[in-house]
Amino acid sequence: MRARIRALTDGAATGLAVLATVLVVAPLVAIFAYLIYKGASSLSWAFFVETPKPVGEVGGGMANAILGSAILLGVGSLIGVPVGIAGGIFLAEFGRGTKLANAVRFTADVLNGVPSIVMGIAVYSLIVVPQGHFSAFSGGVALGIMMVPTVCRTTEEMLLMVPNSVREAALALGVPNWRSVLAITLKTASPGIITGCMLAFARVAGETAPLIFTAFGNVGWNTRLNEPMAALPLQIYVYALSPYDDWHRLAWAGSLVLIVLIVLAVSLVRYVTSRGVLKGAS
Amino acid sequence: MGVGIEVTNLNAWYGANHAIQDINLNIPANHATALIGPSGCGKSTFVRCLNRMHETIPGARVTGSVIIGDLDIYKDIKPVEIRRRVGMVFQRPNPFPTMSIYDNVAAGLKLNGYSNRHVLDEIVERSLKNSALWDEVKDNLKKESGASLSGGQQQRLCIARALAVDPEVLLMDEPASALDPVSTSKIEDLIFQLKAQYTIVIVTHNMQQAARVAEKTGFFLNGRMVEFDSTDKIFTNPSDKRTEDYITGRFG
Amino acid sequence: MNVRVPEIRLSKLQFQTEPAQQNGENHVKAVSAEAAQIRAYLLSRGNSAIADRGFRWLMVLCALSIFGIVVLIATQLVVRSKLAWAQFGLDFFYKVFIDPNTHKPMYWDPVNGHFSALPFIYGTLVSSFLALLLAVPLAIGVAVFLTEMCPQSLRAPLAFITELLAAIPSVIYGFWAYIVLVPLLRDHLNPWLIKGFGWSGFFGDDNPTGLGFLAAGIVLAIMILPIISSLTREVMTAVPQSQREAVLALGATRWEMIRVGVLRNARIGIVGAIILGLGRALGETMAVTMVIGNSPEIQRSLLANGSTMSAVIANEFAEASGDLHLSALMELGLALFIVTIIVNAFARLLVWAVTRGEPSRAG
Repeated sequence: MRARIRALTDGAATGLAVLATVLVVAPLVAIFAYLIYKGASSLSWAFFVETPKPVGEVGGGMANAILGSAILLGVGSLIGVPVGIAGGIFLAEFGRGTKLANAVRFTADVLNGVPSIVMGIAVYSLIVVPQGHFSAFSGGVALGIMMVPTVCRTTEEMLLMVPNSVREAALALGVPNWRSVLAITLKTASPGIITGCMLAFARVAGETAPLIFTAFGNVGWNTRLNEPMAALPLQIYVYALSPYDDWHRLAWAGSLVLIVLIVLAVSLVRYVTSRGVLKGAS
Repeated sequence: MGVGIEVTNLNAWYGANHAIQDINLNIPANHATALIGPSGCGKSTFVRCLNRMHETIPGARVTGSVIIGDLDIYKDIKPVEIRRRVGMVFQRPNPFPTMSIYDNVAAGLKLNGYSNRHVLDEIVERSLKNSALWDEVKDNLKKESGASLSGGQQQRLCIARALAVDPEVLLMDEPASALDPVSTSKIEDLIFQLKAQYTIVIVTHNMQQAARVAEKTGFFLNGRMVEFDSTDKIFTNPSDKRTEDYITGRFG
Repeated sequence: MNVRVPEIRLSKLQFQTEPAQQNGENHVKAVSAEAAQIRAYLLSRGNSAIADRGFRWLMVLCALSIFGIVVLIATQLVVRSKLAWAQFGLDFFYKVFIDPNTHKPMYWDPVNGHFSALPFIYGTLVSSFLALLLAVPLAIGVAVFLTEMCPQSLRAPLAFITELLAAIPSVIYGFWAYIVLVPLLRDHLNPWLIKGFGWSGFFGDDNPTGLGFLAAGIVLAIMILPIISSLTREVMTAVPQSQREAVLALGATRWEMIRVGVLRNARIGIVGAIILGLGRALGETMAVTMVIGNSPEIQRSLLANGSTMSAVIANEFAEASGDLHLSALMELGLALFIVTIIVNAFARLLVWAVTRGEPSRAG
């Protein structure tokens, strides 16, 4: 009798677990399919090369938002990637085991959990208010400081995977430490580090909140860092909440483009890490 | 030409572990000196004190003096400088995985700022010839990565890399223990040829190897050097009973 | 000491034999003048102590920038919320102005300068806990399935799919929810809930839009599910195989093995994963603001419009009327900052306690 109950419980548990998985996977696939369907039917060449038309006119595109996102991400990467990699180098090569390194690592992890809107209003206060106007520069800074903790942690992880024998070989040759860290250790771990940067990039590419009060968005062309700039997620947000069907159409197209880019990045990251990040270094 | 090494009252610690105690010996120039002893007796630690690699381990400490040539390496110069004069080959081959064979050999020079192409070519060729690897790789110098060679070839590559910086002393920490017998004998032949130009200190588990290549041998036990004499004497007529016990296989 | 040494020794060995003659080009050509100078060149290179020290300091500085970022955010928020703090003090977080004419609470009145954080704290808590309620059972179910039950071939693709869920930007979730989920609620789920459970007071019928706490809770649940699931999988995989085997050897069914051998050992980490999910839900902005209705009210009904701390900032910041309004929003941001830091720190500590942080992997 007890055995039967136990067997039934086992079966029920399995069933529930499978059910949970189905309940999770099915909606996701449904959402994806819906986004692809809506996005693909709205996508056209015009989307990529035209700027938004005035309200009421049909057509137009989000070319300015795509370019704007690229510029903002560029500025953000310029800030976030070097600082993040350097921080990761410290954690792996100089501070290993020290209390300072543990504190930095913990803080970086916690910082990753701070809502991006908080970053946005902090940068607003820091840059936009003194300058008196919204700017792409402030948007880039907001994105950049969001990238630093992520890049730092992934760099550290990748550097820790470089075997100590490689470091010893460089040391024993009388190579200066800084040169050894850069030209040998970092270089050996570079596939993984680049992967980490791509992950941070993909994550930040979809962020809207930090840009609302920094880059602010722009309906026209702008390539100047000192003025408000459009961004893809920002534009999607504005268009999504608008009452115009045409703008909804554009928002779907934009969403598809954004999702495809992010999925590509995530898949690439997976591919690189699963193939073994350090070819030949073992 | 190589130089001699004079070690006086050398002690080394890993944290609280007193790994080697009161070592005194004179390693002759242009000779091969073998260090034998059971596992964990401190011979690797000793050798790593000769190029100040021991102190790269956190918590490590060294007292005493090591004079190489005419320099007290713990007082007169900095670690990075001594390591350019004292080369090291490790137990497991460790070529730089992202570099070609050429770049591996030239690493010690290029990473120290040397850039003259012609001289680098000449040095790479000479080092690879000196380590008996030239014939096998001369067509693929820049295309193949250091990691694509076999174990024995990789170790010879590491030897070439160490030789390229023209050191005065070459330290070898069980260089053939991870290799097959054919590669091992190639490396032993190498050591035989190299000792005319360099002072070689080789740590080995293999007593026959010590007998084959070294003029002098030191026997380490529990962090102390029990006996240091000509190889001939150590293996046929040792002065200390512990030495005799070790070489007759009673322990270790 | 001249010992009589037994014959099994090395006396037969030939010492110092010449090596077999090498073929090939291994004899050395004459050394060029420059090559002979290599030793001198290297000796002249110095010890690069300055470069090393400089490099090290640069790396330390960049690592310290992590602290710098935290300090930067904190100081900016504190400075900008000074005005609201001076005006309201701690009352901001638990008191509300009651309009003397209507006897109704005026939570958020930019026109008259009455600001209270209460509706937003309420909204944040309600939407987050609703999300946890929906997400945690599913996430743990998925984790259990993927770790213990799933056939090997399916594991990687399914795990990949759940990871993709985490990668979708918030604004796209919000957009989808606004266009698909909200009408679904409005037309199908909400009426059914009102009919069946309206007596509980949690499902009022005065908001026919489909927006509201329920919509926000559902979207949040979808968004935090991957985090909870993947972290749970991590702590479950960290449980040593020997634990599972020990339970199985006692004759347990698979579910019993999972319950006793894995989940029990991993429960601290699972709690940590849940709290991390909570942390994410507390700060989620875009998707929430698109479906919650953005109304600074406190209502018992889950179907009513509401707002959260992050949503109101996103909604009103750009057009804030007056310094006090802006400062009140900043103060909300500061509160959000502090709360998410505490929650995340606590969660990380729990997860680390189980997986022992990042093990050093140097070979």
